[in-house]
This record gives sequence, C-alpha cells and structure tokens, in this order.
Amino acid sequence: MRRYGKTLCRFWGVSVAAEMEYRANFVISCLTTVLTLGGALFTVGLLFQNGHTPGGYSWPAALTVLGVYTLLDGLQQTLLAPNRAALTEHVRSGTLDFVLLKPMHAQFWLSLRRFSPWGLTDVAGGLALVAYAGWCLGVSPRAALTGGVAVLLGGVILYAVGFLLATLTIWFVKLYNITIAMSALLEAGRYPIQAYPAVYRAFFTAVLPVAFMTSVPAAALRGEAGVWWLVGLAAVSGATFGASCLFWRFALRFYTSASS
Amino acid sequence: MTAWTRRLRAFFGIEYALMLTYRAEILLWAVATCLPLIMLGVWSQAAESGDFVRSPAWMARYFIAVFLVRQVTIVWVIHHFEFLVVSGRLSPQLLLPVDPVWRYAVAHLAEQACRLPIVVVMLIGCLLLFPTAWRGDAAVGPWAPGLGAVAGGVLACMAAFTLRFVLQYTFALLAFWVERVAAVHELVYLLILFASGMVAPLEVFPAAARDAVLWTPFPWLVWFPAKLLMGESAPVLRGFVTLGGWILVLAVINRVVWRCGLKHHSAMGA
Repeated sequence: MRRYGKTLCRFWGVSVAAEMEYRANFVISCLTTVLTLGGALFTVGLLFQNGHTPGGYSWPAALTVLGVYTLLDGLQQTLLAPNRAALTEHVRSGTLDFVLLKPMHAQFWLSLRRFSPWGLTDVAGGLALVAYAGWCLGVSPRAALTGGVAVLLGGVILYAVGFLLATLTIWFVKLYNITIAMSALLEAGRYPIQAYPAVYRAFFTAVLPVAFMTSVPAAALRGEAGVWWLVGLAAVSGATFGASCLFWRFALRFYTSASS
Repeated sequence: MTAWTRRLRAFFGIEYALMLTYRAEILLWAVATCLPLIMLGVWSQAAESGDFVRSPAWMARYFIAVFLVRQVTIVWVIHHFEFLVVSGRLSPQLLLPVDPVWRYAVAHLAEQACRLPIVVVMLIGCLLLFPTAWRGDAAVGPWAPGLGAVAGGVLACMAAFTLRFVLQYTFALLAFWVERVAAVHELVYLLILFASGMVAPLEVFPAAARDAVLWTPFPWLVWFPAKLLMGESAPVLRGFVTLGGWILVLAVINRVVWRCGLKHHSAMGA
C-alpha cells in the first residue's frame, strides 16, 4: 500500500514537472474556467427568469449542482481524460505490453499515471461555487461532510464509467473521442435532474447514472438527500467500480499485444 | 476544373475509408453531439410551466433544428493540425502539389457522411419522443418550413460550417509558433457554446443580452440556421452578410498567417 502511495507521488511529480514546460497554459486554463463558469451561471440564470424554478430548485440549490458538476469536470480534466487518452495510445502503439509487465496493478497504473494540473482551476472554481452556495443555504457541517463523501462517490462513478468505455479500446483500438463523448454526457449533470422530463430522468438515473454524479451528491451537501438515495449512490459507485475492474480483466484476455 | 473535382473526390475516398477503419469512434463522435438534445429536455420541461415566452413544442423544435445544424457544422481541424505540426507529419503533406487545407476540409465532409446513419437514428428517436415538435401544439402549428426556408437553412448551415472551419483553421495555423493551440481555441469554443443559442434560444435571453450577442458572429452560426430550418422569420440579409463578411476577413487573415507560418516552420521530423 505504501509502495503504491509513494509511486503515485512520483507519477504526479513527473507529470507536473513535464506540464510546467507549458506555464502559459495556466493563464489559459484560468480564463477557460472563468468563461465556463460565467456562461453556465448565465444559462442557469436564464432558467430562473419570470419566477420559474427548474425542478423546484432554489437558485443556491441549483448552484450546488453546478458546483459539483464543475468539480467533477475538473477531476475529469486533471486525471481521467489524460489517462484514458494514454490507454488508447498504449493499445494503438503496442506499448501496453510494457505496462502489463510492470510489478504493479495494471489498472492502477493506467488510471493514475498521468496528472494534468490544468484541470485544477475548474476544481477550485467548483469548490468555490459549492462553498458559496452552501454558505447561502446555511449548510450544517455534518451535511457538508456527507456531501463531501457523496461527491467522492460520484467521482468514482464518473471514473468507472469512463474506464469501462476506455477498455473498449482493446477491441476497437482507436477511441480518442471517449473524453468528448463522456464530457458531452456529463454535461447533463450541469442541471438538476428534477429539471428534466420523465424519460430523461429515468435514462440519467438508471442507464447512465449522471444523476448520481451531480444531483444526488449536491442534495447530500444540502442535507436533503434521503437515506435511500445515499445507499443507492454507494451501491451504484460500488457496482460501476467493480464492473470496471471485472471488465478490464475480461478485456485483457482479448488483448493480442502488438508483436504477435 | 475536372482535375480539381478528381482531386477532391480522391481525397474524399481516402478520408472516408480512413474514417471507416475505426468505425466505433464515429459512434462516440455522434454521442458527443448530443448537447442540444440534453438542452431540449431542460428547456421543454421548463416551458411546460408556461413561465417562458415559447411553448414546449417550440422549444423541442428549436433544439432539434439546432441538433441538425450542429451535425453539419462540427469542426475539429485544430486538433488534427496541431498533431500534424507537433509530430512533424505536416512536412510530407507540404510536398504535395495541393494545399493541404483542401484535404482537411474534405475530411470533415467525409466524417459527416460517416456519422449520418447514427444521426438519422438519433433524429427519429427524438421526433418520436417529442411528437409535438413536428405536430405542433396550441401555440405553434405543425413543422412545415417552405422550400425557400429549407434552402436558406441549408445555405446558412454551409456558410456556418465554412466560417467555423476558417476560424478554427486560422487558430490552428498558430501551431507553427505555439505548441498548444487547441487550448487557446477552447476559449473561442466556449463563446460559441454560450452565445450562439446552442444552450438556450436567443428568444429567452434578456433583450440587452440578445442585442449584444447579435453583434457577434456567434448566433449566426447556430441560432440563425436553426430558425430558418424551423421555417420562422429571421433577419436573412443581416445573417448572410455577417457570415459572408467574417468568412472573407478570416480567409484573408488565414492566407497571410499561412504564408508567414510556412516560412517559420522548422519542419520537425525532416
């Protein structure tokens, strides 16, 4: 366990050092975060016109959802997307062989090897938004703690669904667009799940668990999530994570390596 | 002229075959274009309450039109070009007696052609899910744009694609000097995303915001063609003049930057 922790520090240290070559990116990613948040606030604000309350949400409540979304989107850019892209590249160029031969759990290596600091501005923006909304709503520390755990579980679901899709690269080889598709679908999590028509709600809860990524953790933050929703969240994150591990091992049986 | 059509057809054949090699990826591309359909859900549900100036059927129709516009105006040349320059693979393309821009443009058309079957399925699904979009409701009649409106819409889509392509390709050319141009262009994309009417129709913008964005090129890329396809009245002259003007200006800038860039190009990998 300690070995893994130490290796992880090295991985991220090396990644950050490499990215530091592009320091101007920091300015760009700050601008991107500000623009994204501004645009999203404007769009959500449009929904609150004429006294309308989308899905019965108050403005600060809708901000918690937007905040959790921004946070997860930052996580996606920092960790999930770079590693998924690397996995595809490994399969395509045949270097996955080397990864598999390392004395380390391959899924761990493939999921955490890369770290791109440029998504951290989104993480910071999301945290700031959640903190502001929580302050407006007067969230209790206990709810904040539950919410924090719930957001982490939502992140696990996002990781697991993305990794499941990325694993398909073993068969289809070139799947660079997973990230674009994933972020397009996560986009649905920008708005409260109750603001969608019934068909969408069913799809985003049962088929593609976007509701469990943003709306449920945001409800937990506000102290409004029922126990069964939290149990459901834990179950979905456990199930998707387990599925991603099993599916990865299943997929490896079909990996033919580049040299054979 | 025949030499040109032969060249373009050859490019199309190559690019179409290349796209089909990795068919699974096309599915992901298609899924990635579903943003208007997500917004369709949000806005038609919001309009159900009657708090907005437009009816649910209008919202559904608008976002389905936006979905169609988006299908034919997606541009990704910057990612491709950045990769070519940074990895040094641009150099062999420069040896060909054709400006490589033609190949990139045709590649976009080939990609659209590959995506078409999935798009049709998604479209039919949407029309079945939201029958009021074509049937109409108390506030709007059935979706029956005249021939002129459809022709104008298609023309506007083509102009919007051209503008987005020229705009993105001009940014892409900065790859001769900067290594990460796609990150820079992301800022432009965000403006397109929020100001073009893709996430909310201009009709629900506050009047001041609407007037402001109409002076930018962005709403003419999405909102304008979508309105035409819906068969609704739109400022046709202003739309085409804006689109045409921006295309001309950017095309000139593009050629200047291309010349300068080529002189600067150190041909990595050569």
